This record gives sequence, structure tokens and C-alpha cells, in this order.
Amino acid sequence: MKFDTPATTNPIDQLKVVGKPVDRVEGPLKTTGTARYAYERHDVAPDHAYGVIVGAGIAKGRIRSIDTARAKSAPGVLAVVTAENAGKLGKGQFNTAALLGGPEIQHYHQAVAIVVAATFEQARAAAQLVKVDYERTPGAFDLKTAKDKAAKPKDGDPDSAKGDFAGAFAASAVTLDATYTTPDQSHAMMEPHATIASWEGDKLTVWTANQMIAWSKGDMAKTLGIPKENVRLVSPYIGGGFGGKLFVRADAVMAALGARAAGRAVAVALQRPLIMNNTTHRPATIQRIRIGASKDGTIQAIGHESWSGDLPGGGPETAVQQTRLLYAGANRMTATRLAVLDLPEGNAMRAPGEAAGMLALEIAMDEMAEKLGMDPVEFRIRNDTQVDPEKPERPFSQRQLVQCLRTGASRFGWDKRVAKPGSTRDGRWLVGMGVAAAFRNNMNMKSAARMRLERNGRVTVETDMTDIGTGSYTIIAQTAAEMMGVPLDRVDVKLGDSSFPISAGSGGQWGGNSSTAGVYAAGMKLREAVARKLGVDPSKATFEGGNVVAGGKTVALSRVAADGELVGEDTMEYGDLEKRFQQSTFGAHFVEVRVDAATAEIRVERMLAVCAAGRIINPKAARSQVIGAMTMGVGAALMEELVVDKRLGFFVNHDLAGYEVPVHADIPHQEVVFLEETDPTTSPMKAKGVGELGICGVGAAVANAVYNATGVRVRDYPVTLDKIIGKLPPIG
Amino acid sequence: MVATSEWKFTRRDVLKLGAVSMSALAIPRVMAAPAATGPVSPPVMAKVAMEVNGKPQALDLDTRTTLLDALREHMHLTGTKKGCDHGQCGACTVIVDGRRINSCLTLAVMHEGAKVTTIEGLGTPDKMHPMQAAFVKHDGYQCGYCTPGQICSAVAVLDEMERDIPSHVTGDLKAKAAVTRMEVRERMSGNICRCGAYSNIHDAIEEVAGGTA
Repeated sequence: MKFDTPATTNPIDQLKVVGKPVDRVEGPLKTTGTARYAYERHDVAPDHAYGVIVGAGIAKGRIRSIDTARAKSAPGVLAVVTAENAGKLGKGQFNTAALLGGPEIQHYHQAVAIVVAATFEQARAAAQLVKVDYERTPGAFDLKTAKDKAAKPKDGDPDSAKGDFAGAFAASAVTLDATYTTPDQSHAMMEPHATIASWEGDKLTVWTANQMIAWSKGDMAKTLGIPKENVRLVSPYIGGGFGGKLFVRADAVMAALGARAAGRAVAVALQRPLIMNNTTHRPATIQRIRIGASKDGTIQAIGHESWSGDLPGGGPETAVQQTRLLYAGANRMTATRLAVLDLPEGNAMRAPGEAAGMLALEIAMDEMAEKLGMDPVEFRIRNDTQVDPEKPERPFSQRQLVQCLRTGASRFGWDKRVAKPGSTRDGRWLVGMGVAAAFRNNMNMKSAARMRLERNGRVTVETDMTDIGTGSYTIIAQTAAEMMGVPLDRVDVKLGDSSFPISAGSGGQWGGNSSTAGVYAAGMKLREAVARKLGVDPSKATFEGGNVVAGGKTVALSRVAADGELVGEDTMEYGDLEKRFQQSTFGAHFVEVRVDAATAEIRVERMLAVCAAGRIINPKAARSQVIGAMTMGVGAALMEELVVDKRLGFFVNHDLAGYEVPVHADIPHQEVVFLEETDPTTSPMKAKGVGELGICGVGAAVANAVYNATGVRVRDYPVTLDKIIGKLPPIG
Repeated sequence: MVATSEWKFTRRDVLKLGAVSMSALAIPRVMAAPAATGPVSPPVMAKVAMEVNGKPQALDLDTRTTLLDALREHMHLTGTKKGCDHGQCGACTVIVDGRRINSCLTLAVMHEGAKVTTIEGLGTPDKMHPMQAAFVKHDGYQCGYCTPGQICSAVAVLDEMERDIPSHVTGDLKAKAAVTRMEVRERMSGNICRCGAYSNIHDAIEEVAGGTA
């Protein structure tokens, strides 16, 4: 099915199941420990061996020699695989660095060996016995010093311009020119990258934790140099991803190599202390923002430049993305530059581009509002635009940013905020409020599904879509139930298997709308099959209450399929609607913080997000996506930072003790409001993404609240107390 | 805090022996650090028996096996999760003899005769524990990987408050512990949820506590 004209009324609009805040269908499995994750497949891979990966001890250079003799002789060891005996390996389309290093080493903790043994304890002990002799070569590890050598990235739009930015900025009555930095960040999902690999002849099955089944099936084949049809990837439950599991990583490749060498299935989980340097991360940025406005607060010029680094062949953090679309202004420019760094591979982490970009832009907007003497909510509203500011002939499909800001301000009690920073005190606490816009583009991806009407009247959906905590199982079940007119408990959803039709996968907040649109397409096919079986016109048949009603007849679905299941399979593809309309999601974040007047300890007291993101397929799961993103945003604002050892070239704090993420005590009760919205340009679901919107801007709202509380403006994330304590107002 | 008294050493003994020899006393056959050359010694095996979720379990284990790996790899109770294997995330939380612990930070052979409750022992999909049902109702999870640890912790936290065990944020140590929002948040802070379901987890615990936490 091709979606190339805006949706009109369709079966989803009945909203009997879609749009309802139902509990997650897989909830009883997850809460009782019976959902099986990648490393837990004793059911399908009994008696597997265990692999432990050895990570490189240098950031850049070569392996002079690698001595595995002692490891091989250790008790229980079945195989040791290094680049010397792995055979020829390719590199996946989605990988920047090789997943098995040697002799060349491209980054710290790049895998250099896997030790396979009968037990985990034996493999772990023997891995310590692998002796590697390295030859270290100098590398570039500091973005600040590499910045001047940064070049235009080869893909995307490194530069954008409209009007005369320089002239308009120089002529503006009120201007801001400020530089912000965001640090390297780690996904730090709770489930380590993990895989069990098993060979049957030349056919490989990997039970793994992966967000993008089809991409990764292809990249497994490419890396191992085997035909794609010989690889099966299975990933029904994924313990978090946030972009860190978009790609094949060392666990999967090394498990496959280990299993081939050992002649039996091998389970590998990346050791937690290896993950942050072995896998990908969100790259650090340096961002310069210039805004010029007339005295009434109308933006005349807006410019955003961003610098980030990556390994040779890698890509930039596209932190200027939102600045091309979020606010009006006749004269504008953006520039993206990429430096070569020899740190681990930079790549997508929840809302790549906007998450880092909004951290900077939305502080800049706060600073500008103050310079103008305007309320920061009003300043944003003053500069709203209903069209793409670079191409005014191209409207936003839906844009309720102003409504988000107004609704949020009213609900949050924004009118009680005192504009003068450092002037609200409650006992030992300095109290402040902050606001930021939320913005993230919507993307649609081609997505297929198969639906079966079983002989017993149950409906089964099969698609290689993944559920990384996003609620895919539930919203797909809701969509199928709505399409076939059956209650939710008559639907079974099977996900994450490369033998199923290829879906959009989980990334870029495209999964919810795209995967359910694929189910819609399959549902239409299944409805046609049912109607054909009954000899009625599919367009005249209605599906409700477990029955088909057509031509004056009411037939139970279970009777239609009684003599053989019916199948509907289709792919949803997209025309040019996303080119004709700018499809984006919007929100407003409001945060109240308290800062200890003596110690500068920062506590987040209240958080509210108001979001406008198309039809919300399941308000309960969508709300969870938003509060989760707000929580990660608090981490970005106040604590998360991979600290670079600039001499040796690695992230120092590479575990969950050193890399701090928010815990229970850091997060207050969070409120989320979804504005009524349907977007007929996105898909028949009329939905958009929501999983990443929540992280975009929230960190800046926290930073702005800290400023309002203390009068200390921190432009280098994270906003930690050491950056504030020396500048606090007198305790008095 | 309850002092562990497995090791009956006087301070003087400790000074005499030093830390390394102390662990050697406990497990004499692994006292020597691995030599840089020569054959690697075979694993030391030991028998251990414990009761897990009400069922007796007799195991013959490599003494290096953590309680977590004994549960997951030997008993195939994979509900208890390995998030970090270093006591940093709480995903492996189980209840041993009434106290919650990080099962990755303790060796299985240290738990001879112990009564262990894991997530599988609290309830099943068809018969969920009230805390499990409350997590479903309040969507107190997303990816589900930290969830068993969160639930085991939550059950134990309510029990700790019932037994008046103070926490870092307990203001008055003489007063009865109150199920307040900050008490629950503080006590649950050893269980990381990267999906960020904290606000919902709190609602679930509050419902089970029956209070206005």
C-alpha cells in the first residue's frame, strides 16, 4: 500500500481500541521475569558455551603480537578467536570501525579476542590470560583542539543559509553570541549488548538484542562474508537500546566467530566495563549560537554552528537540525563541521541531533529573552512560524508549539516565576523555574507486516518490528484489533524475527507510527481476504464485535477461517507528503529546581511536558516514553558525561558507577499532557513519533531553571555544582 | 545495619594474616595468585544447597560462581537480570533470608542453607504478586530489564519500613518509619531504570503500600 495522499476516514478512526491507555500486553511476562532476553535462551540453545571478549588496551596503533597459548590451555577453554584466526571479515554498512580489531586498533576497548569456554567463570578467567603486545601511535582525542581542523561532512547539508545573516545580525538591536558545549554521552541501557550464536552447517542463528532486524541481518552477513539468507536474527525482547543497539556490535560478531571455532552455540554479553568504549556513544559538541532581534523580540537573524568529532569515515552530530525549523527569522544560517577523533565510534543516541542541539538552542533562547526583558514563553511564541522558515511555501503539517507553551505555562503556574534570577528563597533552597520548547522531526519508514486470521478466530501479527520498551507489542495489537474488529485479547503479536516481514524497526522515533501503519496495510489485505471468502465487497464489509457484517449478513470471524486460516500481508510505503509538508513533533517543558544556597546541590522538584505529536495510539505507553525521555534529559542536564582521557584516548568513567545516570531519588513525579491532534499527512494512523520528543529541550529547561534559581549561567553541560558554587548569591 | 559474622577473626588475627591470606583461609586451594607461566589450575568445585522460591536446590559449582550466575545459568531462573555484574545497577536484586541483596556481588557458595526469593518466586503471569500487578497497572517499566530487580527491591523496601529500618533520609531514628515519597525514592535508588520509569514505579509502590507516599 502506498500512502501518498492525506488520510481520510478509515477503520482506525473508530478508536475502539486505538487511543486507549491499555496496559502493555507483555506486562505480565516482564514483571514476572518470564520474558526471555537475548542471553537467556536456554530453551532454544541448551548447553551453549560462554564467550568473553578481550578489549584493546590502547586507543590507536597496532597489535605487535598476541599470545593466546596460555588462555587456550586454561581449563574448559574451547576456542580463542583473534583477527589472526578469524578468517577474512568485512565491515557492516552501519559500522564505522571494525568489530574485531587487529592488527590495526582503531579505538580503545575495540574487541581483539574472544575466549570461549564451557563455563562463564572459565571463559572470564582465561580471557585474563590473553597477552597482547601493542604498539601505540598518537591520536586525536580532544574536540577542542581538533575543532580548527574540522571539515564539512560529506553527507547531509553541512551548510544552510537564507537571507543575509551577517548583515541582519550586525544590524539587530539586541544580539546574543554564545558558545555551548555538550559532552560525550552513553546510552547505558540496562541490558548489555548480548547474543547467543548457533551454527547449523553454514546457517547461523543469532538470538540477540537489536533494534533493527533487517539492517543487522544484512550487516551480520556482510561482516562474516556469508549470504544474507543464511542469517537469522531473533530479538523478541530488548533490554533498552536508545540507539545503542541499532547496529550489529561485537557481541554478535564475536559470538558467531566463537561458535564457529568451538563447534557449539556460544553466549556473549559485553562486560559492562567494556560497553562504553567498545560500542557507540553520542558525540560531544561545541555549538556557537547567534541570535539578533529587534527590540520587540522579533528574531531578525539566527545562526547555529556545531562541531563534533568521529573516527575516520564517521559522521557528525547534527546539532543544528532544529534551528532550521523551530523559530521564524528572515535571515538564517547553520553550519555543521566534523573533526577526526580517535575516540570510540560516535553514533545515534535517542534523538540524535536535536537532543544535543536543543540543549544549546534553548538556553540561547532563554538568554535572549532576558536580554530583551521578555518572558521566555512569550519570546518563543513571538517567533513561532507555521511554515518552514527556509521554504515558506512549505507548511508544517501540524504545529501546536504555541498551544503547548500556553497550556504548560498555565498548568505549571508559570505566572508565579520571578524573572529576576536568584531572588526566590525557601529556607535553605534557592528556587527557580525554567522553560524550553521541545522539537523533534517526524520520520516515516517503509514497514511490512503479516496478519493471520487463525482457524479459532484469533488474529496473529508477525513483523520484524522490535519493542525496546517503546510499547510496540501493545500498539501493534491495538492496531490489529481495531482493523479486524476484535477485542485486544484475541490478538497475538510476534516481533523481532528476521523470518517475519521487514518493518521500520526501532529508531528515530519512527517506529510507532511506521510499524502500526504497516499493520494497517496488512489488516486491509486480511479484511479483503475475509470479504472475498464470503463473496462480499470488501469496501462494504464492516468488522466489529468479532464479526464481519456485510450484505445483511453477520458472520463470526472464527467461522470464516474455520476451514483454513486466512492471511493478509503488505508493506506500507510513502509518497512525497513529507516533502510537501514539514512533519514535526512539538512540546513544551517546564521544570522547577531547588539549589542548596550553601552547597549548590541541585534537586529537580517538578516537571511538566505538554506534547503535540499526532494521534497518540496508547496514552499510557506514550506517557511512559515521554517521562523516560524527560528522565534521560535530567541526566544530560545535571550529570551525564563520558570523561575523556585526552592523553590515552578513552572514556574514563566507563561503567554504571562512574557514568552517572538519574536514579529514583533524582526524579520527582512527572506530568505529561498530550494535546488533541491527528495528522492525516503522516499515515493512516495519523500518528507521529513521540519516543524522542520528550528528551529534546528538557535539559535546557533544567539549566534555565538553575539559572533562574541562582543567577549562574552554565553553558557547558552537565550543570554540576562545581560550576555553580563559587558564584552563588551571598547566603545572607 | 546487620553485621555479617561469617568470618570469626579478631582484629589481631586480621593484622597477623593480612587481607590476602584471609581469603586464602576461607578457600585454601585458591590461595596462590595465578602464576604467569605453567599450567592453569583447574576450577575449585564445591557443593552448596539452598532453597530457591520454596524449592530445594543442590548444586555442584565452580566456587567463583556468583549467586546471580547460579540462578541464571545453573537453575535457569533468568528472571533475575545481569545488568552490570558489579553491584552498580540493582537489576540482579533478590531476597535472601528476608534481605534484598545484589546477587552479582555474592558467591553462591556463601549461601549454604539460605532461603532465596527471586522474581519467579513472587508470582507468575497468571497469578501475579500485588507488586507485579501494580507495576503493570502503573506502567512501572518499559524495556523490562531492570523490572525484576525493581520489584524485588520494592517488596523488600516496604518490609524494611515495616520493620523500622532507617535509611539515609530518615530524619528521626526514634520515630516509626513512614512511607513517604522521599523515603521510597531514597531506598529504591540502588535500582537504576534507564528507561526512566521512576515516576510510575513510585506510583506502583505507593499503591501497594496503601499509603500516600
